[in-house]
Amino acid sequence: MNSKFLLPLIAFLLMAVLLGFGLTQNPQELPSALIGKPIPKFSQPILKTSETHDEQDLFTPDELLGKRWILNVWASWCPSCRYEHPLFNEIGNRTSIPLVGLNYKDAEQNAVQWLAERGNPYDRIPTDMSGDVGIDLGLYGAPETYVIDEQGRVLYRHAGPIDAELIEREIAPFFPELQALFVQQQGS
Amino acid sequence: MNIRLTLLTALAISAFFITPTSLGVVEVNQFETVEEEKRYKELLEELRCPKCQNQNLLDSDAPIAKDLRRRTRSLIEEGKSNEEVKSYMLDRYGDFVLYKPRFNAATALLWLGPFILLAIVVIVLLRRIKNKTEEELLKPSQSDDEATRIKVRNLMSNSPDLTQDSGDAKP
Repeated sequence: MNSKFLLPLIAFLLMAVLLGFGLTQNPQELPSALIGKPIPKFSQPILKTSETHDEQDLFTPDELLGKRWILNVWASWCPSCRYEHPLFNEIGNRTSIPLVGLNYKDAEQNAVQWLAERGNPYDRIPTDMSGDVGIDLGLYGAPETYVIDEQGRVLYRHAGPIDAELIEREIAPFFPELQALFVQQQGS
Repeated sequence: MNIRLTLLTALAISAFFITPTSLGVVEVNQFETVEEEKRYKELLEELRCPKCQNQNLLDSDAPIAKDLRRRTRSLIEEGKSNEEVKSYMLDRYGDFVLYKPRFNAATALLWLGPFILLAIVVIVLLRRIKNKTEEELLKPSQSDDEATRIKVRNLMSNSPDLTQDSGDAKP
């Protein structure tokens, strides 16, 4: 007799737990198809800022083989990029980690001005005006951040803006330098 | 009558407004053959927009959907088959990009889940039906008889002991 009431109750509780778990998940956060695979080959022109010397310069991921680096996809039209930019300034200014900023579907003039106003932490700024590199990366939009290892494989990908907590939790483990920087900050 | 007429007119008029939106937001594209045009539409319906997750590429107005439509178009023009175009997108965006995801370890539960649930329900139901029919066949007819027999005997003999002996009522 008891089981008549117990069974629906158990079913209800299971359902509640399952749905409750579902609420904590972020459906926008999707696993990248690229994790563990080599970063797609591309060769893109460099954004012409006042710091650029060679106008014919192209960037290819191969030039950073042997180094572990960060790829940040940004654009001047993207509000979240504004939010995360101070963190990249910090990484660019206080570490020796190679930082590449892919300027995604932007207008050259706007991009140059945006960097002039907010600081340019990037070592290299390839441009992707058509969005073709974006498709090869499996990009949803800007901003996105990737960690690429010494063999040119994608170790990590985050879609959306980063914050200090995310760097500490998910990106710093790949870089001892970042770990030192962000643990120090926490302590002070 | 008047109301019905107004409703019909409203419906007829609204039909004109519905049609353009239901055609989606796809750019005007000219393919060389009707076949290619048809495949393009098919693919856009099956490919999902990564940014706006509940829309396919045909419906979505997001910039990334526009780019993916352009890429789909150029892949078709290069002579790629539907399967090749889907693999191309799958390599870049993962299972998520197909509204009909392929069967693999990660999507197995998605594909088999409903059948597993159905099997569980069928098994539970069959058991219940079997138990019930057994109960119905055995209990009511025999036990009712038994009960009356015991009652009658009790009345006749005034012996309450017999009521406890319900399993085997033969004297």
